[in-house]
Amino acid sequence: MSVLRPLDKLPSLNTATILLVGTEDALLQQLADSMLKEDCASELKVHLAKSLPLPSSVNRPRIDLIVFVVNLHSKYSLQNTEESLHHVDASFFLGKVCFLATGAGRESHCSIHRHTVVKLAHTYQSPLLYCDLEVEGFRVTMAQRLVRVLQICAGHVPGVSALNLLSLLRSSEGPSLEDL
Amino acid sequence: MDSYNVPESTPSASSRPEDYSVGATPLQKRLESIRKQTSFIPTPPRRKVPQCSQLQEDVDPQKVAFLLHKQWTLYSLTPLYKFSYSNLKEYSRLLNAFIVAEKQKGLAVEVGEDFDIKVIFSTLLGMKGTQRDPEAFLVQILSKSQLPSENREGKVLWTGWFCCVFGDSLLETVSEDFTCLPLFLANGAESNTAIIGTWFQKTFDCYFSPLTINAFNLSWMAAMWTACKVDHYVATTEFLWSVPCSPQSLDISYAIHPEDAKALWDSIHKTPGEVTQEEVDLFMDCLYSHFHRHFKIHLSATRLVRVSTSVASAHTDGKIKILCHKYLIGVLAYLTELAVFQIE
Repeated sequence: MSVLRPLDKLPSLNTATILLVGTEDALLQQLADSMLKEDCASELKVHLAKSLPLPSSVNRPRIDLIVFVVNLHSKYSLQNTEESLHHVDASFFLGKVCFLATGAGRESHCSIHRHTVVKLAHTYQSPLLYCDLEVEGFRVTMAQRLVRVLQICAGHVPGVSALNLLSLLRSSEGPSLEDL
Repeated sequence: MDSYNVPESTPSASSRPEDYSVGATPLQKRLESIRKQTSFIPTPPRRKVPQCSQLQEDVDPQKVAFLLHKQWTLYSLTPLYKFSYSNLKEYSRLLNAFIVAEKQKGLAVEVGEDFDIKVIFSTLLGMKGTQRDPEAFLVQILSKSQLPSENREGKVLWTGWFCCVFGDSLLETVSEDFTCLPLFLANGAESNTAIIGTWFQKTFDCYFSPLTINAFNLSWMAAMWTACKVDHYVATTEFLWSVPCSPQSLDISYAIHPEDAKALWDSIHKTPGEVTQEEVDLFMDCLYSHFHRHFKIHLSATRLVRVSTSVASAHTDGKIKILCHKYLIGVLAYLTELAVFQIE
């Protein structure tokens, strides 16, 4: 029905759009603000969504990168992410999807075992990033990293494509992942 | 390209333990276990449902009755250096002197304060999982009654006990001089716990840290304890969740009849004697979806804080109360595992 496809719209001039999907509104808002504060040659657009599918009534630009934010303190956010993943077209997973796990710092509050998220990221062949979005310093660093990845996914960095980046990130993971 | 890497990695991983097992020093064994942990992503945990171990036949139910129905605060403890079971009387004396000295330190002269205390160290027989586990021991602070009356024993002011149940993964990596008793349970005034902790840390070069139980482990406990067969249920199965909201957090409490909980578990459980991650998740998801149907609240977005069953009850701050002596060893085994995990 309304499945997100990476190439169904024309790109706008010098614009890179990121979609953050997650149940924690406050954290997504803070991450979006940190990203917009970064100075970047392209124009950044950040869209926030609680879950997919997105309402089709809104006119939105082409989405270059989707980041699924999973809160390790809440099983609900994991279930929400798993359901949203069904509404993303398979060709998005060639480097244009990323998982972000937050809340690993406070071990006593964790309801999800870390390896559940690792397995999820491995199943969808996408990189998994860890960041405690509540901590300002980590959030700013993660925002810088995401802006860089977004620029590559939007094609604004000459010589590197989203697929290149994905294979670069994956080769640093051990071969033991294949045992899963 | 991915399948090309696999044949190379697996033979080398399997030959490494054989190289090191003969004549390996504890340090090498330790490094090996850490290396194993970082290179392999752990498979979903499967745990044995706590059964009565054969060692428990030695345990006198009367002797361990005082361990039940009491709230214990949990700590994890690093191995004790040069601890000897034959010196228990000596330790009692030293600890007694230490406590008296500490209590007199900061206080002005307070007449009538119970400085007449007695410290007793004793071993607890049978509180272990395998023969390799070190013997558990108990420390009690009793107040010496002023009057020479019938009850010369005095009131128990503080109790603490150290144990290790199925702590094989820690026992392997530690040398002879150390005694591994990673789980410490305390009941009594917090000031006493602090003083005794300081004495142990100074005498045996170990380190205490409070053992917290996160929501993930609490849901495992809920599933494992619901799986236990109990003759008659002494308490309802109760869960408590904390909702993170401002300004104050709300608490949601959910009580189920224990037989219903057991029936739900039996319908989920497949392999006898083993509990898997999927079964635990399914058990909790059933509770969550039932609650959602009635109240439209997603319990999975909240944090599980307390679990109470007929076998035991646990709070996330590291407080536990064991109600059933049949599964005492099983509960201790899981707690030992958590303590060992925290130490490592």
